[in-house]
Amino acid sequence: MYAFTYHRPKSVADAVALQGRFEDPKLLGGGQTLLPTLKQRLARPSDLIDLGQIPELQGIREEAGGLTVGAFTRHAQVAHSDVVQRVIPALASLAEGIGDRQVRNMGTLGGSICNADPSADYPAAVVALKATVRTDRREIAGDDFFTGMFETALEPGEIVTAVHFQTPDKAAYAKFRNPASRYAIVGVFVAVFGSEVRVAVTGAGPSVFRADDMEATLAQDFRADALNGASVSADGLNADIHASADYRAHLVRVMARRAVEACG
Amino acid sequence: MPCTVSMTVNGKAVSREVEERTLLVTFLRDQLGLTGTHVGCDTSQCGACVVHIDGRSVKSCTMLAAQADGAAVTTIEGLAAADGTLHPMQAAFREHHGLQCGFCTPGMVMSAVDLVTANPSPSEHEVREGLEGNICRCTGYHNIVKAVMAGAEAMQGGTLKAAAE
Repeated sequence: MYAFTYHRPKSVADAVALQGRFEDPKLLGGGQTLLPTLKQRLARPSDLIDLGQIPELQGIREEAGGLTVGAFTRHAQVAHSDVVQRVIPALASLAEGIGDRQVRNMGTLGGSICNADPSADYPAAVVALKATVRTDRREIAGDDFFTGMFETALEPGEIVTAVHFQTPDKAAYAKFRNPASRYAIVGVFVAVFGSEVRVAVTGAGPSVFRADDMEATLAQDFRADALNGASVSADGLNADIHASADYRAHLVRVMARRAVEACG
Repeated sequence: MPCTVSMTVNGKAVSREVEERTLLVTFLRDQLGLTGTHVGCDTSQCGACVVHIDGRSVKSCTMLAAQADGAAVTTIEGLAAADGTLHPMQAAFREHHGLQCGFCTPGMVMSAVDLVTANPSPSEHEVREGLEGNICRCTGYHNIVKAVMAGAEAMQGGTLKAAAE
């Protein structure tokens, strides 16, 4: 790890101000991706700004037709929250499936979505649950937040403070996980809001996307078997040692079927 | 640039000057001499470095010492009683031979204690899932799971089950 200067601000305003003062600062959430990256010398920030001691980034609240989860809420806190389990159980279950127990005890919601790993779980929930990402300066619709592989709509220096998830009528997340890393090779989050069905796919492409054809099909006929004829094009999907693009396209349908079944 | 970190480690307040990039595991091993916490993969996968921060199990190779400033840290050295009586989970690992080479054992025990504290009567499946973040390169999982099941019962106040053989 290259040397850096470490800061631990006590408020979002201080964190924003600190960022402006340095040449190449990086924000530190739970560190479960950033610290391994630094250890491999793949990044060389001048300053690390630890967001772990900022009360306004913490906590889970039920409000306005959904849940607001502070950016520094750890995966284990989401998974074990009584409120999340009651209001959006699929979100609690998604959080419980991230990484391993120790990673869940450190990793944060904000860290996960800002990193925008194509295989991360949370992006599927942000898109499927019609979330709004709140930052220090504005609100960004979940549909607009993820712009590419490891890329988001955030401006330089912008800090995510919370994510507001809308409560669906029913929802479920199914993932085919990499058995070693537990990242999603393909993960599909299905959410139903009245007559609207949203199907968000992570792991398969460079960034989370919605499976439009499946959404239209399920809006007409919300059964797993309705997806038998549906397919996702393998064009542009990820291919690596774990799964080819064709296999990922296949998995999207299988995981979508499982998620629909789990919706009950 | 050096910074001062202060925390409670195994019940004792400690304060040291460290480089800001110092990992918690390096701090524990090199500065405090607590070498029971092991470095296995150094890539947050194997779990040999698991310690407790305010009661939660974390991988100390993937945390800065500075992030633990102000926290209560427990390492494997802090589990046994002051008179040397083993923690029930440690005793269970010994009784059920939940180790082969022993390198992963400190992390396994720390993860197991956290797991059982959260879920006092885990099923075998829950134990196996709960230990996902710990790798035993000897593949000695079978006895580790038996040990955790017995340790869980003993932590509930039961007597430690003797090993079958």
